[in-house]
Amino acid sequence: MLNDPATIDAPAIWPDSAFLTAVEARSGEKVSRCYQCRKCTNGCPVSFAMDLMPNQVMRMVQFGLEEEVLRSKTIWICASCQTCTTRCPNDIDIAHLMDSLRQLSRASGIAAGEEKVVKFHEAFLDSVRRHGRLFEFGMVGRYKMATLDLFSNIKIAWEMLKRGKLKFLPGKIKGKREVRQMFDKK
Amino acid sequence: MEVSYYPGCSLHGMAVEYDQSVRAVCRTLNIALCELPDWSCCGASSAHFFDDELAVRLPARNMAIAEREGRELLVPCSACFQRLKHADKELKEDAARWIDGPYEGKAAIYHVNEFFDRPELIEIIKQNVKKPLRGLAGVAYYGCLSQRPPKITDAEDAENPTPMDNLMRAIGMDVRPWSYKTDCCGASLTLSRTGVVRKLSGNLLEAAQEAGAECLVTDCPMCQSNLDTRQAEIEAERGKQYNLPIFYLTELMALAFGEGKSAGWWKKHFVDPAPLLRGKGLL
Ligand code: SF4
Ligand code: SF4
Repeated sequence: MLNDPATIDAPAIWPDSAFLTAVEARSGEKVSRCYQCRKCTNGCPVSFAMDLMPNQVMRMVQFGLEEEVLRSKTIWICASCQTCTTRCPNDIDIAHLMDSLRQLSRASGIAAGEEKVVKFHEAFLDSVRRHGRLFEFGMVGRYKMATLDLFSNIKIAWEMLKRGKLKFLPGKIKGKREVRQMFDKK
Repeated sequence: MEVSYYPGCSLHGMAVEYDQSVRAVCRTLNIALCELPDWSCCGASSAHFFDDELAVRLPARNMAIAEREGRELLVPCSACFQRLKHADKELKEDAARWIDGPYEGKAAIYHVNEFFDRPELIEIIKQNVKKPLRGLAGVAYYGCLSQRPPKITDAEDAENPTPMDNLMRAIGMDVRPWSYKTDCCGASLTLSRTGVVRKLSGNLLEAAQEAGAECLVTDCPMCQSNLDTRQAEIEAERGKQYNLPIFYLTELMALAFGEGKSAGWWKKHFVDPAPLLRGKGLL
């Protein structure tokens, strides 16, 4: 959209640096250094599924388009593959910036652009909080209840059970409480 | 040689054959694996999504244990490896913020490929090869997190890593060149955006086939799982046959050491590797 000449009639954007300042403070990443070389976008394996390209996210943060960024699919669909972070000529850790934007998005109460991605990570962390280690079977069950996505992947789960790759019981560790405290600290 | 061992949650679950084959390889090489006592989850691909602090605290607990143990630390899962390396760097900077007690970083962290690709070990590996895997053509697939970002992983060449290629050659394999060594498989989007994973993993299968490979070799449990368990779906979606077994590097090392024949781990695979290995006279 931003690069489309047809949008030239779009309302003018009045840059507002408050969001940029907040994002830089939270993430420690110098987003203001980005000069739109697009190396991040060109190497991004999931750009085809994104609504904003990574370089657009950078520019929009610079311009203060807070809501557009925080409700985007992009911040959730980023696979944390670290290709952009590795290649950015300005040493911006873009994958880490995506983490910070996810956190800001959750804190702002905006509905996540990819609800299922959120539910997956919630189910994962809930399992670790409960048991101290990930209990895959319980995690998948919780994810399915949360998304009501009950029937996908059933065949794969069954094949895994047959091969002894999914355990029915969680592992036990002594440090369980210690791990739980890390979650409950705040 | 004694080494601390952090299997991580996957190797106690979905990637049980990785755990078994790492142990088998180490047995042959006389490396005693000491599982980190009472290790806990490192937070993997999830903790950093929601909470930067938690994403350090979870692995930091394990690094504190590794520090007390004092040995080098072998970490076969790429996600665990990257999270533990990250915590190690944070701890070296400001230990008091994360754990009780001092932290010097006594436990150097190694991922499987860089651990075994050391001059002293490569020689021992070659000496232990009883049955070279001649004629078995494969590509080395590293995935993302054992390499990237290099400021965390300390990877020598994150764009074109070679340790796994070296090891595959050391056990006699025909290593095919390809340019997808470190492309992403879709990783943790596997349940939430399965279509993305099918597309990315499908591209890898396609490229491997084009490179003349009969199998892919990896040392990441997420990569192995996505490429293996979703291969049938990908084939159906693309209307194509790949039939490419996805091996853990250590399964093939154990096979070359003569340990893999009776191993139960081939049966854990979705794409059955037995016909390919039998065809080469390796099983
Ligand atoms: S690679 Fe870095 S400088 Fe280039 S567009 Fe992306 S964030 Fe901006
Ligand atoms: S870390 Fe995210 S944004 Fe960066 S290249 Fe990978 S998927 Fe794209």
